[in-house]
Amino acid sequence: MSEPFEPKIVAFVCTYCTYAGADLAGTSRLKYPPNIRMVRLPCTGRISPMFILKALQKGADGVLVSGCHPGDCHFTQGNYHARRRWTVFRALLNFTGIPLERIRFSWISAAEGVKFAELISSLTEDIRKLGPFDQYKAMIHETEAPVSL
Amino acid sequence: MNDHPGVSVSVEYKYFCSDPGQESVKKAIREHNLTGIVVAACSPRMHEATFRKACAEAGLNPYLCEIANIREQCSWVHTDQDMATEKAIEITRSLIEKVKLNNELQPIEVPVTKRALVIGGGIAGIQAALDIADAGQEVVLVEREPSLGGHMAQLSETFPTLDCSQCIMTPRMVEAAQHPKIRLLTYSEVEQVEGFIGNFKVRIRQKSRFVDMKACTGCGDCIQRCPLKKISDEFDCNLGKRPAIYTPFAQAVPNIPVIDREHCTFFKNGKCKVCQKFCQTNAINFEMQDEFLDLEIGAIVVATGFQIQNTAMYGEYGYGKYADVITGLQFERLASASGPTAGKILRPSDGQEPRNIVFIQCAGSRDPSKGVKYCSKICCMYTAKHAMLYAHKVDGGKAHVFYMDIRAAGKGYDEFTRRAIEEDEASYLRGRVSKVWKENGKLMVRGVDTLLGKPVEIAADMVVLATAITPQPDAREFAKVVGIGCDEYGFYNEAHLKLRPVETATAGIFLAGACQSPKDIPDSVSQASACASKVIGLFSHNQLEREPVIAVNNESTCSGCWGCTLACPYNAIEKKDILSRSGEIIRRVAFINPGLCQGCGTCVTFCRSNSIDLAGFTEKQIFAEVMGL
Repeated sequence: MSEPFEPKIVAFVCTYCTYAGADLAGTSRLKYPPNIRMVRLPCTGRISPMFILKALQKGADGVLVSGCHPGDCHFTQGNYHARRRWTVFRALLNFTGIPLERIRFSWISAAEGVKFAELISSLTEDIRKLGPFDQYKAMIHETEAPVSL
Repeated sequence: MNDHPGVSVSVEYKYFCSDPGQESVKKAIREHNLTGIVVAACSPRMHEATFRKACAEAGLNPYLCEIANIREQCSWVHTDQDMATEKAIEITRSLIEKVKLNNELQPIEVPVTKRALVIGGGIAGIQAALDIADAGQEVVLVEREPSLGGHMAQLSETFPTLDCSQCIMTPRMVEAAQHPKIRLLTYSEVEQVEGFIGNFKVRIRQKSRFVDMKACTGCGDCIQRCPLKKISDEFDCNLGKRPAIYTPFAQAVPNIPVIDREHCTFFKNGKCKVCQKFCQTNAINFEMQDEFLDLEIGAIVVATGFQIQNTAMYGEYGYGKYADVITGLQFERLASASGPTAGKILRPSDGQEPRNIVFIQCAGSRDPSKGVKYCSKICCMYTAKHAMLYAHKVDGGKAHVFYMDIRAAGKGYDEFTRRAIEEDEASYLRGRVSKVWKENGKLMVRGVDTLLGKPVEIAADMVVLATAITPQPDAREFAKVVGIGCDEYGFYNEAHLKLRPVETATAGIFLAGACQSPKDIPDSVSQASACASKVIGLFSHNQLEREPVIAVNNESTCSGCWGCTLACPYNAIEKKDILSRSGEIIRRVAFINPGLCQGCGTCVTFCRSNSIDLAGFTEKQIFAEVMGL
């Protein structure tokens, strides 16, 4: 029997809420699968859709975007911008044929270490079920030229 | 790591954050002439500052240092060692890729407004305000009720010394009101907070009292003459009555009445104005409007306190159904010399002295089914105090206390509870009460004594519930106004539970008292003084250094579409004219004011021409980081 597929998931998180929540999961010694890679940003408002595409292109099988709960943004509105941007970007992703299930958007506060660990566990399982994301790789292979973004 | 392109040296050490560890980092920087370092260790939230400082001391720009978090977000959370090791290597590699593109940055200096805002005029707020003011700094103390005092002013005696609460509280209130450095704003609320540490802009609503504070002498004629006398008195926890024009209690500070707009006959029917007729100084003005004050503030202390849980949630205890089932705070009012019974313990239903009294502890606390998982901390102590006061005031009365555990940790606390049991002969029963009902004029209390393993039934004349301490009803909304975080219950979050217990995650905003978690008076006072020392520390600087993580616009590519101005929550983006040699305007481009920009980066993502970038988190850096994964 082959080994179970280990997906790679890239998380773009804000430093004030979700990054702190992930630290809390750590200090509380909660356990979750090691498939997640965190990219720390000042605010979800900083997250460009290009980052998500870049991660998928680089070989990520899933992407997580997570920040402060609505109304709790350290920068007052950054997460609202992120949410609006995500709503628009979803439509584009759908159009390009990238399955939306591969990208998860969530709110995790600095106090929600447990929620963070649970989210990562369930997300990893979900992505594992979806299997590897090789759409980009196939595309690169077909054109024999790297996709530049 | 040594093999990774661009890495000149890689060293392993157990505690890089220790002095010798930092020395070795500095030595490596100097010896190898490094242009960037990555520390793979604990979270940057722990030691980023430590290593940046070490870099600066070794002559390397501190912003050329990145931290790879391989502890909190890797080794501590994963069980599969091989995979975790692989992850740690990847995290480190990706940050190496980022650090290669880091730029030298210089901290930004901003001025500090040396004026503190203290929100809440209870014991915590008063203490913080006095300490800051005594250090010679200006303080604005805001209280939403008509008087200073908060919950402490409602208490009868205080544990563990049994000294009268008002006797120790009111001198503090007067001191705060008279302090030359304190501007007291009672009956006022904070409506809006903008800005950042050292430079907050705060809008305060001064609710109209309908009484001119300058003209009023506090004689109290109006209070006597008001024809309405039967409004439930909030200060007495609805055990007493008050008129429509009132001061909450006799020693109110300021001693100036307010008109309760909701109940006042004039505001209801357009006729009455009796108070105005009798006022000798013409202080009453029914036309008065709310006023707004805009203040520049350097630091904020949030001391907004708590409320007690709505005990009606406990239908089985009959609160609200039986007049003689009361809360601990109501008992305080009964026992207080200034209360509705002038300090006599009398049943609210018939004014008789209760011969048999039952206290139920944890009536709300430590009950996950009602949403309060935590211990309210003060109930064991105040119940012991109540049992004592009852024994001192009611000769021959019998007090029974149902408890789950006795939590009496504090100076003189355990001795105090022992005194209630041994000297004042309160009967302590370990167990929960399941039901309270009325039978033959008595309140029947059914519980269980778990130490004897037997059910117990007591025929009581009065039942006192030690209700849980919960956050203020509007705590969550207010957190959003101020810009701080809440925990799952609505208590305000500190920056670090152990090491930064008075700071919030927002620089320049501090917490004191029970708005952070249930606290007794000594703890609230200590935390308030700690806040004051933080504020005074902040005000000892004329300039503050701010992180240079701000957005920067490339004026040569900016098209002037102003999308960024829509994105910016701080109005930090201005329009700048580019002039030709002859002084004509050629183009208008965005200019980001470095003093106002907070560095969220929302405008960067908004920018259509890719002209704006965020120092420290540039597009290139992040792409490199992602590519490194």
